[in-house]
Amino acid sequence: MIQMNNVVKKYPNGVVAANGISVDIKQGEFVYVVGPSGAGKSTFIKLMYREEKPTSGEVIIAGTNLSTLKNRQVPYLRRQLGVVFQDFKLLPRLNVYENVAFALEVIEEHPKTIRKQVMDVLDLVGLKHKVRMFPNELSGGEQQRVSIARSIVNMPKVVIADEPTGNLDPETSWEIMNIFEEINARGTTVVMATHNREIVNAIRKRVIAIEGGLIVRDVDGGDYGYEG
Amino acid sequence: MKGRTIKRHFRESFKTLSRNGWMTFASISAVTVTLLLVGVFAIIMMNLNKVADDIENDVEIKVLIDIIEDPNQAKEAEDKLISDIEKLPEVKEVKYSSKENELNLLIEDFGDDLSLFEQSNPLRNVLYVKASDPQQTAKVAKKIDALDNTYEVVYGEGKVEKLFSFLNTSRNVGLILIVGLLFTAIFLISNTIRITIIARRDEIEIMKLVGATNAFVRIPFVLEGMWLGVLGSIIPIAVVSIVYYNVYNVLQPRLHGELVQLLDLSPLLYQVNALIIVLGIFIGVWGSFMSVRKFLKI
Repeated sequence: MIQMNNVVKKYPNGVVAANGISVDIKQGEFVYVVGPSGAGKSTFIKLMYREEKPTSGEVIIAGTNLSTLKNRQVPYLRRQLGVVFQDFKLLPRLNVYENVAFALEVIEEHPKTIRKQVMDVLDLVGLKHKVRMFPNELSGGEQQRVSIARSIVNMPKVVIADEPTGNLDPETSWEIMNIFEEINARGTTVVMATHNREIVNAIRKRVIAIEGGLIVRDVDGGDYGYEG
Repeated sequence: MKGRTIKRHFRESFKTLSRNGWMTFASISAVTVTLLLVGVFAIIMMNLNKVADDIENDVEIKVLIDIIEDPNQAKEAEDKLISDIEKLPEVKEVKYSSKENELNLLIEDFGDDLSLFEQSNPLRNVLYVKASDPQQTAKVAKKIDALDNTYEVVYGEGKVEKLFSFLNTSRNVGLILIVGLLFTAIFLISNTIRITIIARRDEIEIMKLVGATNAFVRIPFVLEGMWLGVLGSIIPIAVVSIVYYNVYNVLQPRLHGELVQLLDLSPLLYQVNALIIVLGIFIGVWGSFMSVRKFLKI
């Protein structure tokens, strides 16, 4: 599902955030990406949804080689992915329903389909009763749930999350993790960059540790491996 | 693109206009002020240009014809001269005025005292020649002078050249000012639009991340820019039309029969108003298009 072959990413300022990364993530896997700040986790994530282009090497997502992907084809790649961020990235002027529906509107989905799918995912994340509320009326955990709902509403094969619990208290983080597990249980690949030791150690999954732009450890059911 | 999507883009462009109230107001104000300047300036410049044209077109060459005693020969010589002048490519028209006619004109201007000369008219038959391009007057005059049977060719030598160089300079200055003003307008308006778009860069980023194509992101912004242009040209069009209408109605009766005339209301107002609205839309659309482009590279 996700394949990287010897990927190098050098930023214009000279920082090398990926220094020959190779990895293979299968359909339906749940993968944590861990490592110290500035180790290249975010770049690793950004390479997957083509916010960053590799300097050299190959990134292949769901059969699409991102190295040769033309700029105008990028939107179609992203429609097959769901992306969740630490800061939620919700549109403040849209209510919960509209924020989620937005992901389907931009791909010109039929209004009837939009209504059904949006209500389905809001049910999944447990926010069906708050559809008319605006992001600033919600707690952090609720906002993150809206953001997750938006990322999965178009039924992507892969959900990519960049520190989704980074801004949340521990209890809320567990709720969010439950949702990710449920998404994963439905067959969706989940790749999650995280700093949350408790979660990684409790919900055991494949752990990829990145340091200095290299994968230093890749263990199924591994632990977080860094001292909190 | 589906019809539903096009409708959505229009709806979205209206929504954002009202949602970003102050930003919209700021943009429309910027458009209004600059277009008003452009409009007023265009009307003034076009009228000054008309004045310059009027003055230029008044320049003509007076050709005094040699006196030939025999009336038949005289007639023949004059006809040949006229046809020779008409053959010159730069000549627009040739008017013949007999010496009797010339004298009458003088009597009209200076009074009946001159009517004594009716007994023995000292004047000559005259041709009035206009060049199709008044700037060519001197050249035409020289060519005519070289023809047979011309006694003297007069066109206000020296004065005409000065007049033309003055008119040309003022035209160029006006043109430079207008171009400068247009650039200022484009810069000012697209800058204001850019600010409103920077405030919404998050929105663009999210659209891109959920898989919106560039066109999908851009079209509502471009439509919005178009509305800004349209809304911003309403006041300039109204002001320019009303003011010029009144100025024209006050001044035109007084200028009756004068050399210098104002441009008629139609088509001038149509032209200037079209210029205002086209410019407004162009700048709005172009400004939005360019400003969004910067944020589409995600």
